[in-house]
Amino acid sequence: MKKNEDINAIVGEYQYGFKTDVKNVVDSGKGLREDVVRSISHFKNEPEWMLNFRLKAFHQFMSMPLPSFGPDLSFLNFDDYTYYIKSSKGVEKDWDKVPGAIKDTFDKLGIPEAEKKFLAGVSTQFESEVVYHNTIKELEELGVLFCDTDTALKKYPELFKEYFGKVVPYTDNKFAALNSCVWSGGSFIYVPKGVKVEKPLQSYFRINSKQMGQFERTLIIVDEGASVHYVEGCTAPIYSEDSLHAAIVEIYVKEGGYCRYSTVQNWSNNIVNLVTKRAYCEKNATMEWIDGNVGSMVNMKYPACILAGEGAKGTTISIAFASKGQYQDTGAKMIHLAPNTSSTIISKSICRGGGKVNYRGTVKQAKEAYNARSHVECDTIILDDISSSDTIPFNFVQNQKARIEHEATVSKVSDEQLFYLMSRGIPANDALQMIVMGFIEPFARELPMEYAVELNQLIKLEMTNAIG
Amino acid sequence: MELVIKNLHAQIDGKEILKGIDLTIKTGEMHAIMGPNGTGKSTLSAVIMGNPKYIVTEGSITLDGEDVLSMTVDERSRKGIFLAMQYPNEITGITNSDFIKAALQARMKEGEHVSLFKFIKQMDQAVQDLKMNPDLPHRYINEGFSGGEKKRNEILQMKMLKPHFAILDEIDSGLDVDALKVVGENINAMRSDSFASLIITHYQRLLDYINTTHVHIMVNGRIVRSGGKELITKIDNEGYDWIKAELGIVDNEASKKQAIILGSCAVNKGAK
Repeated sequence: MKKNEDINAIVGEYQYGFKTDVKNVVDSGKGLREDVVRSISHFKNEPEWMLNFRLKAFHQFMSMPLPSFGPDLSFLNFDDYTYYIKSSKGVEKDWDKVPGAIKDTFDKLGIPEAEKKFLAGVSTQFESEVVYHNTIKELEELGVLFCDTDTALKKYPELFKEYFGKVVPYTDNKFAALNSCVWSGGSFIYVPKGVKVEKPLQSYFRINSKQMGQFERTLIIVDEGASVHYVEGCTAPIYSEDSLHAAIVEIYVKEGGYCRYSTVQNWSNNIVNLVTKRAYCEKNATMEWIDGNVGSMVNMKYPACILAGEGAKGTTISIAFASKGQYQDTGAKMIHLAPNTSSTIISKSICRGGGKVNYRGTVKQAKEAYNARSHVECDTIILDDISSSDTIPFNFVQNQKARIEHEATVSKVSDEQLFYLMSRGIPANDALQMIVMGFIEPFARELPMEYAVELNQLIKLEMTNAIG
Repeated sequence: MELVIKNLHAQIDGKEILKGIDLTIKTGEMHAIMGPNGTGKSTLSAVIMGNPKYIVTEGSITLDGEDVLSMTVDERSRKGIFLAMQYPNEITGITNSDFIKAALQARMKEGEHVSLFKFIKQMDQAVQDLKMNPDLPHRYINEGFSGGEKKRNEILQMKMLKPHFAILDEIDSGLDVDALKVVGENINAMRSDSFASLIITHYQRLLDYINTTHVHIMVNGRIVRSGGKELITKIDNEGYDWIKAELGIVDNEASKKQAIILGSCAVNKGAK
């Protein structure tokens, strides 16, 4: 019961937003200019090649148009954001040495408690820099590298350079370019050949400074026959001004490797979240994206798998929940480039209170992708008359021997189902919650238990007073 | 306890289905309602439970003097009214176990919780009593159930929730002979001073297993005859024509034809 109360407390407080005062050590000021990019690289004491990478990305960003699809982003004023803030010195491994105010924030999130139970390693990102990081001994013994991305650049320069920016080049899209020029923080994981990490690796992070952008960069390399499950969770305090979040997650799964990346994202409803997530899968590699999107004002995210090697497998299971004032434009991409590759997309969308939720997906089966198979399932429930949803699938099949199955349903919660649950004594709002929880169950069952519980609480919060 | 229905009128889509029902059910009694198709038996059960599809235009339903019609559906359930539905819904992603637990929890006082140990024991027992598949608690509500399984699941819920007034709407349809026996015996086993049921059925067979105390015949939205078990036998032997004849009821052929005409939109007799 203790755990539930903790989560209630977190979610309860989250409703109003909570912020802990922390003194910023370094602050790049508002706006994005070449000198800001240079100074970020300088603050971080980076090698020349990274500075050059950032500068190229900066020019790319300046010259690239906004995406031509999805939500209108023309309201974004890039001069209004702060691109780099450092709030505590260096990276600390010992929880006791983490500054009190920051610790307080994480205590509210229940992280130490969570760590005891499920966490194999915690890397908690605070503002732009990872302030607390603890890799347990067994990981080190296995030869698994797990640290924040800035540290990885310094500690493992060759490995880093080999993979960084390869799966998602800075030219990919405007927000990939933005991230590439100002990135800071994020997680770096390398799992050596044949090593199977049993426990999920986790990281929590929050945005906690007024109008600051967060541009973390995650790079995961799973070597041949290795496996890892990485769990990312976000909750954020609420502010009245817009906040911009543009992250990149790059994953490289080598032959026979396995990677699962789970996210329950709960940005507060003023955040613009534009994330590029992509995995490159070699022969017989498996990549699974478990992607939960609750909250944020505008969210664009389409986790992708490039199935480059024969027999590679990609899966995306996602939910998106749009409430009042929210626009969720999410989906998945599966690019089949080799024979016998297979992919599955299961997308569950919910909207209420005037929210808009779209599924936007791409499945491409190239000429070489003989016997490629893809299964796409998109289900939507619309909880009232003022909310809306579109399903926008793009399917490209370039050879005769490939197969795509696509199923889509859109429904309203049926009065008969509500009546049925209520006729057993369950109050209307609880009944509606149950139906929604049932609807997203295929997603929830993929989550570690703690996250499933938290998701449950978040959905309940989103559903408060959904009836009447 | 006492459920009293007085002069109940109800309609759906502007069409009056119940045309003045009077019925009193006391705990300890087992009532059966029989009658031809389309006379409003299912409507009566839905209205007692509070299905929002139906609109009550006149009359009252009270439970020990309390106005039932002003209660929400879930309140009615918590007061002890139960409806076993003719076509139970399928709901994906929620297990039967979680569903019934939530229903029991809704009956608890604040701060009280369903004892998990007791719950599992009771659930297992109920599954056994109804000769259902032991994996039932972990399956989603009625999803992929056969017609018979769905009906048994309704009875299982009744056993778990222990209502005072259980309305069973054609619980026997879709049941094979063996299942009918199991269901009938389980209903009969509910008999107690704090339980009453209103069984809606077309056939005598289910009632063979249930010690019925009152039998009502419903025709055209009214209860036209009430009595004891002897009515069941008579209907089973002779059907409903005798009672229609006695009451001078002629099947309204005109209205049936009209329904067909309504289906073809080219005709609009009322326009001129």
